Amino acid sequence: MSNATTTTGRAPSVYVPSAEALSTVLAPGARPPRPSALSASLTFGWRALLKIKHVPEQLFDVTAFPIIMVLMFTYLFGGALADSPRDYLQFFLPGIMVTSVVMITMYTGVGLNTDIEKGVFDRFRTLSVWRPAALVGMIFGDVLRYVLAALVILGVGLVLGFRPDGGVLGVLAGIGLLVVFSFAFSWVWTFFGLILRSEKSVMGVSMMVLFPLTFLSNVFVDPGTMPGWLQAFVKVNPITHLVASVRSAMAGASDPSNTMWMLLWSAGFVVVFGALTMYRYNRR
Amino acid sequence: MSRRSTGLAIEADGLTKSFGDTLALSGMDLRVPAGTVYGLLGPNGAGKTTAVRVLATLLRPDGGRARVFGHDVVEQADAVRARVSLTGQYASVDEDLTGLENLMLLGRLLGHRKPAARERAERLLAAFGLTEAADRQVKKYSGGMRRRIDIAASILNTPDLLFLDEPTTGLDPRSRNQVWEIVRAVVAHGTTVLLTTQYLDEADQLAGRIAVVDHGRVIAEGTPGELKSSVGSGTVHVRLRDPGQRPEAERLLRAALGVPVQLEPDPVALTARVGGDGSDLDASEQAARALGDLSRAGVVVDDFSLGQPSLDEVFLALTDHPAVAADERDDELEAAR
Repeated sequence: MSNATTTTGRAPSVYVPSAEALSTVLAPGARPPRPSALSASLTFGWRALLKIKHVPEQLFDVTAFPIIMVLMFTYLFGGALADSPRDYLQFFLPGIMVTSVVMITMYTGVGLNTDIEKGVFDRFRTLSVWRPAALVGMIFGDVLRYVLAALVILGVGLVLGFRPDGGVLGVLAGIGLLVVFSFAFSWVWTFFGLILRSEKSVMGVSMMVLFPLTFLSNVFVDPGTMPGWLQAFVKVNPITHLVASVRSAMAGASDPSNTMWMLLWSAGFVVVFGALTMYRYNRR
Repeated sequence: MSRRSTGLAIEADGLTKSFGDTLALSGMDLRVPAGTVYGLLGPNGAGKTTAVRVLATLLRPDGGRARVFGHDVVEQADAVRARVSLTGQYASVDEDLTGLENLMLLGRLLGHRKPAARERAERLLAAFGLTEAADRQVKKYSGGMRRRIDIAASILNTPDLLFLDEPTTGLDPRSRNQVWEIVRAVVAHGTTVLLTTQYLDEADQLAGRIAVVDHGRVIAEGTPGELKSSVGSGTVHVRLRDPGQRPEAERLLRAALGVPVQLEPDPVALTARVGGDGSDLDASEQAARALGDLSRAGVVVDDFSLGQPSLDEVFLALTDHPAVAADERDDELEAAR
C-alpha cells in the first residue's frame, strides 16, 4: 500500500527522513501576519479554480445541462405558448438562464458536504483566518461556474435566434443581477450542506426547494393565466422578481420595483443563511 | 510570543462531551508539558479523537475547561488556532489538488505571499521526500506519502503544538518508521506533540509521558516505564529441546525472574511474566540473565522470545476489561448531525 514511489516508472527510491533536511524546514522563521479576510477568501477561491482544473468533469452541469434545458423547453413549449419557438425564446431565454443558474447553486452545498466528509475542512477550521473565508472562497469559485453557465445559455440562445434589445450592456447587466442573486442564494446551500448527513440528502432537499421555486414563477409562462392562489405565490417568489429584473435589463428597460425586491431577497439570504451557516460551521 | 514554551502546553480539567447517548468524554484531565511528546493511548472509541478535536478547537466541550498555552479553547479559540496544527486520522489535505498546490494553499492561508509560499512548499516537499510527487494529485499518493504530506502541511509554520491523531494506523512498518523519525525531528525543534495511538510500542518509542484513556477518561498516567512496570513489561517464552529438563528449567527461571513460571500444555514450553516486580533491571536484562542461568546449568533451549505487553494486557491490568473497539468517529459524525 505504501511503497514510497511505486507509481513512478523509475526504480523506487526509499525515503529516508534526514534530520538535517527536516531541520531546515523546521527552523521557526518569522511568522507572516495573518492574511486579510479578502486575501484568505481569494485563496480559497484559488482552491476552487484548481479543483476545476483537476476535475474538469465537474463543469458538465454548467455546460451540458443548460444547453439541454434551453433546447428542450424552447421546442417543447415554443409552438404551443407563442407563435413559434423563436418568438417564445425572446420571452423565455432570460427565464431559463435564471432557472439553470439557480439550479446549479445547489452544488455549493453538495461540494461543501463532500469536503467535510473527506476531512479537509478540519484543517481549514483549525487555521487562524477569517472564519467565513473557506465558504466565501468556495462560493467565489462557484460564481465563476454561474457566469460560465449563463454565457453558455446566452450562446445557445443567440444561435437559436434570441435577439435582446438591451444589447451587450443590457445582457451584461442581466447576468450581473443573476450572479448577485445566485451568490446570495448559495448561502442557503452551505447551510444545508453543513446540517445534512450526506450529499444525497443535500441533493434531495435542494430539488424539493428548487423545483417549485423555479417552475412556480414567471419563467415559463405569464402568471396571468394561473389560478389566484398560485398567482399569490408566484408574486412573492424571489425567482419571479429576479426573472422580471433580468428580462427587463436584457430588453433594454429597467424594472426598479422588481430589482429592489430581488436585491432585498438577496440581502436577506446572505444575512439569514450566512449567519445560520456560520453558526453551524463554528459549532460542529 | 515565545516559540520555545516552558511550562504546560495543555491543561484540561474535567472535559465532557457527548454525542446523543454516547458519552465520548467523561471528565478528562490532562497536563501536557511543553516541548515533549505526550501519548494518548487507548482503543478505538476511548475518546482520544474527541479529546484532540476539543483541544484543536474543532468541537466545543459540553463541560470542563481546557487551555492551550494558557488560551482557553472556547473563549480564545483564535489564539489557540494560531499556535496549533492538526493532522487528523483522515485526509487533512485536499485530495484533488497536487502536493505542491496543497502546501502553497496552506502557506498562503498562513499569510505568506505567493513566492514565499512556493519556496517554502518546495523545501518541505524536498525534506519529506516528495519532490517527485509534487505535481501529482494527492489522491494518487501511497498511504505513506499521504501521511507525509499531511504532516508536512501541519508543520508549514512550525506550530508550537502539533496534534497527531493515530499517525501510523494503517501504515506498513517502513512508513511507520519514517513517521517516527519525523516526529522526533519535530520535537527536537521545540514543538510539543500530542499523539494518539492504539499501539503501546509506538507510545513507548516516542512519548515522554503517556495517558491511558478508556471510556472518555484518563485511567492511568505516567512515563512508559512506569506504566509498563505496573503491568509487567512482557512475557518470556522458552522452548526446551528435552521435556525432561522442564522441572529444572522452571526452578531456574523462577529463581532468576522472581515470578511464577507457567507450564504450558506443550511439554517443552514455559512462560513467565517479567518486569512487574519493581526490580531495577528491565525485562530484557532479567530475561538475559535467566537465559544465562539455563545455559550454565546445561538446559538446552531451542527457542526463546520476549514479548512486549500488548495494549490488551495493559488494559486488562488497568481496567479488568479488555480493550473494546467501537468506531468513535462514526459515532461522532452520526451524532453531530
